[in-house]
Amino acid sequence: MMDFLVLITVSVVIAATPMLFAAVGELVVERSGVLNLGVEGMMLIGAVVGFGVTMTTGSAVLGIASAALAGAALALIFAVLVLTLMANQVATGLALTIFGIGLSALIGAGFVGMPIAALPKLFIPGVSDLPVIGPLLFQYDAMVYLSIALTVAVGWFLKSTHAGMVLRAVGESAESAHSIGHPVIRVRYLATLFGGALAGLGGAFLSLSVTPMWAENMTSGRGWIALALVVFGSWRPGRVLLGAYIFGGVTILQLHAQGSGGLGMGLPSQVFTMLPYLATIAVLTIISAGPWRGRFQAPACLGQPFRPSV
Amino acid sequence: MSLKFEPRREIPAWLVYGTPLLAVALTILSGYFLFMILGLNPGATLYIFLVSPLETQFGLAELAVKAGPLILIATGLAIGFRANVWNIGAEGQLTMGAIFGAGIALAFWGEEGFWILPLMFVAGALGGMMWAAIPAFLKTRFEVSEILTSLMLTYVATLVLSILVHGPWRDPEGFNFPQSRLFTEAAILPVILEGTRLHAGAFVSLFAAVAAWVLLTHTVTGFQVKVVGQAPMAARFAGFSQKGTVWFSLLLAGALAGLAGMIEVAGPIGQLTPQLTPGYGFTAIIVAFLGRLNPLGIILAGLVMAISYIGGENAQVYAQLPQAATGVFQGMLLFYLLASDFLVRYRVRFQSTKARDAKPRPEVAAA
Repeated sequence: MMDFLVLITVSVVIAATPMLFAAVGELVVERSGVLNLGVEGMMLIGAVVGFGVTMTTGSAVLGIASAALAGAALALIFAVLVLTLMANQVATGLALTIFGIGLSALIGAGFVGMPIAALPKLFIPGVSDLPVIGPLLFQYDAMVYLSIALTVAVGWFLKSTHAGMVLRAVGESAESAHSIGHPVIRVRYLATLFGGALAGLGGAFLSLSVTPMWAENMTSGRGWIALALVVFGSWRPGRVLLGAYIFGGVTILQLHAQGSGGLGMGLPSQVFTMLPYLATIAVLTIISAGPWRGRFQAPACLGQPFRPSV
Repeated sequence: MSLKFEPRREIPAWLVYGTPLLAVALTILSGYFLFMILGLNPGATLYIFLVSPLETQFGLAELAVKAGPLILIATGLAIGFRANVWNIGAEGQLTMGAIFGAGIALAFWGEEGFWILPLMFVAGALGGMMWAAIPAFLKTRFEVSEILTSLMLTYVATLVLSILVHGPWRDPEGFNFPQSRLFTEAAILPVILEGTRLHAGAFVSLFAAVAAWVLLTHTVTGFQVKVVGQAPMAARFAGFSQKGTVWFSLLLAGALAGLAGMIEVAGPIGQLTPQLTPGYGFTAIIVAFLGRLNPLGIILAGLVMAISYIGGENAQVYAQLPQAATGVFQGMLLFYLLASDFLVRYRVRFQSTKARDAKPRPEVAAA
């Protein structure tokens, strides 16, 4: 029984990690006042580039780094359009997703069905072989720890550093931040690129670790769920982490329910596949509906264009 | 000398309608380089993509077959986008419309009756409306972002469709393939051009676009939609209902997307299959922007985007390009379109520093 629980927990963490990467990245972007709906597209590019580079060079580190760069490169297109050319953020984000889906499929056409070795699990002698604790905490691959470290770092950055404070100021009131001399556009550029890099990492984790392979559209909505997670986490890294693991849990529940013949209820498997999407809608509604709604405020300038007037 | 961007006081009409052409041209140019990078013969591949669909009567008819649903859906979406209602789940509303329409066709399978098709139209529109009503309700009642809910419901709708064609609605004589029976004649839209798949649904799209144009330009409702989108404060003072506009634009877009789905199953497909569309619901978003959110522009834009679909299919056959290349073109087109909007709103000027000091104007330094 214990073994089974450990196994479940581990699979939940792994299922949650791609969404955690992407959601923490998008959190930073949104805290700076920019809404990038292109997460799905950036994740896919990260997934295909991470897979392709790892396969051709044999180096996972290189693959992961390239995935982050590729995600950031896509985010750069978005940034130029919405920050410099002041295009509509919603429409540009959608364009980024459509473009990312297409481009990743084009790049990945030759990779479909190719095998690749999954990322190696870390093994720390003396800790990883402890019973229960070992497999529960110390037998993941490096990217899982990276995702948690990044979440903590982002939390610290936003809360305790000067730069983090500037970023939040830019998101809450671009006009005021600008008037006291903060470079609004530059901050937003950097935040957007960071968000793209993390979405790329999330995608790479998907194609290198969760299911070590490339398939067209393999994110199947995880980028959109990551966007919902930012709302769910009310723009705070800790809550986003919690949300990502809850959604990881829903994903795993869904897989097990399918495997066990619909929990003995004789329901078609598709009913369970719907769960993460329905859960997203339910969670967004609960967050927006309850008496606590005032405490979950979006950054005041979210989605609004800014152009410094001289 | 420095480069200046000055907001335009008046926007010339030729620029508004000229920039989509510029965007198309830049997309083609980028496609040329993209194909070159991929090691293809760029000229020949572009020819397959853009010209070959227009060479035969069959190709032209296919163009109309594919433009039909795009125009219908984009028309509904454009009205919402004008009101700042971001329904991006048209694909799901289309799927629901197809399911409802197919439900009627299968319920009266084998029966005669002139009323079957009209009933399918009503059912299709209702199905799409019902699906769009969920984000509308959540938005107006709880302020949940319609962007995320409408998109999530797209995945749900696809899975509902999958349950139906794998289960209760599967063709009993279909060798276990996940698809419904072929509809009988009373549930099939008539072909209007012999030897092609061009069917009566094309008229529905044209009619809807023109009707929407009249709505936007000649009615109070249309005015209200525009005011709510462009000046929410003014709309509130004028007593225009924000919530009413959300409901109106989502239900209308849902109904039109539902109709498009029903027309797909009653027209070119003729049965319910698990993969109903090549992403019409998403491409329609681009069509709406390419048509400048103007229903008449959308008719043209729909035809242009239809070329990219057929071109994509041809490129798959003749150049072994994955179908997804179409998405790359579509995404690039939307990028260029959004970027070229900058030229519409701002005038680019070369100006000496002295002149700027002498003549103060509301202008903006180049970043």
